[in-house]
Amino acid sequence: MNYRMILYSLGWILNFEALFLAPSLIVALIYRESAGISILITAVICAAVGSLIVLRKPKRLKIFAREGFIITALSWILLSIFGALPFVMSGYIPSMVDAVFEVASGFTTTGASILTDVEALPHCLLFWRSFTHWVGGMGVLVFIIAVLPLAGGSNMYLMKAESPGPSVKKLVPQVKSTATILYKLYIAITVLELVVLLLGRMPLFDAITLTFGTAGTGGFGVLNDSVGSYTVFQQVVITIFMILFGVNFNAYYLLYKHRVKDALKNSEIITYFCIIIAAIVMITINICSMYGSVGMALKDAAFQVGSIITTTGYSTTDFNLWPAFSRTILVMLMFCGACAGSTGGGIKVSRIVMAFKTVIKELDYFIHPNNVRKVKVDGKQVEHTVIRSVNVFVMAYLFVFAASLLLITLDNLDLVTNFTAVAATINNIGPGLGLVGPAANYSLYSPFAKIVLTFDMIAGRLELFPVLILFSWHTWKR
Amino acid sequence: MKIIIVGCGKVGETLAAVLSQEGNEITIIDKREDVVERVCNQYDVMGTVGDGVSYSTQVEADIASTDLLIAVTGADELNLLCCLIARKAGNCHTIARVRNPEYSEEIAFLKEELGLAMVINPEQAAAQEAARILRFPSAIEIDTFAKGRVELLRFKIPAGSVLHGLSLIDMHSKLKCRVLVCTVEREGRIFIPRGDDTLSAGDVISIVASPEDEVMFFKKAGMPTSQVRNVMMIGGGEIAFYLTKLLLSAGIKVKIIEKNLSRCDILWDTFPKATIVHGDGTDRHLLEEEGIDQTEGFVSLTPIDEENVILSLYAHKMGAVKTVTKINRYVFEDVLESLELDSLIYPRDITAEYILQYVRAMKNSIGSNVETLHRIIDKKVEALEFIVRDSFRMIGRPIKELPLQQDILLACITRSGKVILPRGDDRLEAGDSVIVVTTQKGLNDINGILA
Repeated sequence: MNYRMILYSLGWILNFEALFLAPSLIVALIYRESAGISILITAVICAAVGSLIVLRKPKRLKIFAREGFIITALSWILLSIFGALPFVMSGYIPSMVDAVFEVASGFTTTGASILTDVEALPHCLLFWRSFTHWVGGMGVLVFIIAVLPLAGGSNMYLMKAESPGPSVKKLVPQVKSTATILYKLYIAITVLELVVLLLGRMPLFDAITLTFGTAGTGGFGVLNDSVGSYTVFQQVVITIFMILFGVNFNAYYLLYKHRVKDALKNSEIITYFCIIIAAIVMITINICSMYGSVGMALKDAAFQVGSIITTTGYSTTDFNLWPAFSRTILVMLMFCGACAGSTGGGIKVSRIVMAFKTVIKELDYFIHPNNVRKVKVDGKQVEHTVIRSVNVFVMAYLFVFAASLLLITLDNLDLVTNFTAVAATINNIGPGLGLVGPAANYSLYSPFAKIVLTFDMIAGRLELFPVLILFSWHTWKR
Repeated sequence: MKIIIVGCGKVGETLAAVLSQEGNEITIIDKREDVVERVCNQYDVMGTVGDGVSYSTQVEADIASTDLLIAVTGADELNLLCCLIARKAGNCHTIARVRNPEYSEEIAFLKEELGLAMVINPEQAAAQEAARILRFPSAIEIDTFAKGRVELLRFKIPAGSVLHGLSLIDMHSKLKCRVLVCTVEREGRIFIPRGDDTLSAGDVISIVASPEDEVMFFKKAGMPTSQVRNVMMIGGGEIAFYLTKLLLSAGIKVKIIEKNLSRCDILWDTFPKATIVHGDGTDRHLLEEEGIDQTEGFVSLTPIDEENVILSLYAHKMGAVKTVTKINRYVFEDVLESLELDSLIYPRDITAEYILQYVRAMKNSIGSNVETLHRIIDKKVEALEFIVRDSFRMIGRPIKELPLQQDILLACITRSGKVILPRGDDRLEAGDSVIVVTTQKGLNDINGILA
């Protein structure tokens, strides 16, 4: 285990956290808010500790999959803890556990909040909350890889540990260029959304924060009723962009390279859109009677489906009041999640596709025991190791889910609330049903339950294994 | 530069490692999924699993925007076909490895007709290197520059040599021959010496000189200069084949011990002048019977590295003047260096070196190119040959005025066929060929020597 290199990488993480705080500081200066001082102090602390660590470069820069996992997991924990400091120091969220929950929710693009009154926060802290979404969406380490030659060729291990999906592939031969391309695409689509929202006459601050929330598929808003009070046009724009950010970024790269056919042939993306359309149609029919017109029902249904499947977690209406059928569809979409290689969370459509095909294949073995059959996706045979990793992921996911559910049940809330609270955090969505519905928040949970849910958010964002590996005795043994 | 490497064997992997470190965008193609996976994890390269000959695989690896395709699979035919398809599918340069002796006779024709930029035969290249060493047994390693007009020799200073205790400033006046010491290896350290450094017995030093000056230098230093008179080879593979051809033409007697009888027949048929012995080369009794104690040169070329090392150590003990050991895998090089092993040849490294040289030159098609590149002393030092073009910033200025970088030595200038060992007052003119010795990696432009 290359401990020096792990420490060195964490030092850089802190330096970059100081950098990430800089835009919020500018916001504080613009609005002349005193909370800016707490941001400044945090940035200075991060930069000081970080620079002290990176002062000495380790002799051995080589890392392996193990170190990659550990660096990634520890980075995210560290980011959340240090990112929470401005909230605690400025006194807007006095409890450290609450503040870490809030910031972890930001970085992991969950969007679950413990704040009862969001509008009471100063602009700079609201901006910081939303900015964590944007950085966390594409990944902090991916960003660092794009600008810093941290570990040379072994950077791939970091990228693999942080990027979602069953098999992370490079777009171009070099990791650094891949990371740069991803961020360029990400910035381009983000700017596009911002421009469209501004054209729709949204105030600049709201437009920026909501764009960050959409881009990272996060879900922090700046108003207490999330996106409910914006105009229909603005809501439709956000719906479309949420769904776009849930698409695998490889597809955008292929589009950019004018390989339209390859981009559209991807079965994951086709399935993703099929699920979205089916869910919208079913919910619209189901809730039609509650709304005066089909148009409004369709708008809200589409917004909610887009918000939940991409694990963003914005809401235009309190879907807690919807019929059971519609709510159940939304809960299922929570687990389904967005495409691999997007900024969304959840199990990911590609895994669902593969798991489904594996079940079909196994079923076939019962009928023709000697049949030779392999799972194929996009006309290519899926390697056994990938199938295995998908199966193991689903199993581990169920275990973590069950354990978390059991632990937070100690707070003695009802099953729907607890179940959807865990589902909404581990899938990085935000609002659940019952007492944690879109109109409510997570402040009712005890500090212990909040720690469990914070863990779920980070574990869910990093797809479990980087975080679980921290608990293995063998990891730390020399 | 975008490069596709087809075939991820020993050479392919070495190339992927070195070329990706120099900042090229590498895509590897191999049929074996586990190999692609492993190499992609180890180095910063992208992998495509598939048949490199297939057009669709090449398209998947983005052949259209690729600058160079290197085909180094195990089969010559595949390599050639691969390059042929790449030429048609994209507009790229191609390099093929061709090792079959029958094809290598027709290399010029193949190159021309298939539009290949370079054909490389690792066994032949390795044999050439071994032959050079056997013809000059005092050296551990010999590299040639400027079309053979200049050589870089690496050798160990024996105990009791005149060179012991000699400082570099005095060397010229004392030995009266034009030789420049480029590197000194002492106690595991390598450095480029200065005038006031003194040499001592046990140092391994490398010198630059013309072949005639070398002979004079070694005569004055009291070291043998004549080529070995007879050579024993263990293993009659491709390298042995090429080596035998070279040695026989230089008038050296050759004895080959080969296990496989039908191979023996082929060798005997091709080289009636050589002695072919059918038997196990690792059999001590056989070696003694064939006179290992009387042989002056010993070359171990079996496919197994461990066997080669043991055989060479044994030959050394039995009194062979010069041993050459073939090493396939470059894994425990530090252990090998610590053994009494004389010269080592790494066929796959030689291949990688040739290709690297081509890539650097290609990268820099304007301005001053790398003409020749040799990586010496465990790949820690590079000796490069540049042609000075008008684009060189310090043209015509005396060398002592050049702001040279720290770890760089201008070892030699060749001007219209004349070899000049540079001194402070010499100048670099357009058209000169310069040999630069450096511990830096990835130098590919002569302007890079300036601080």
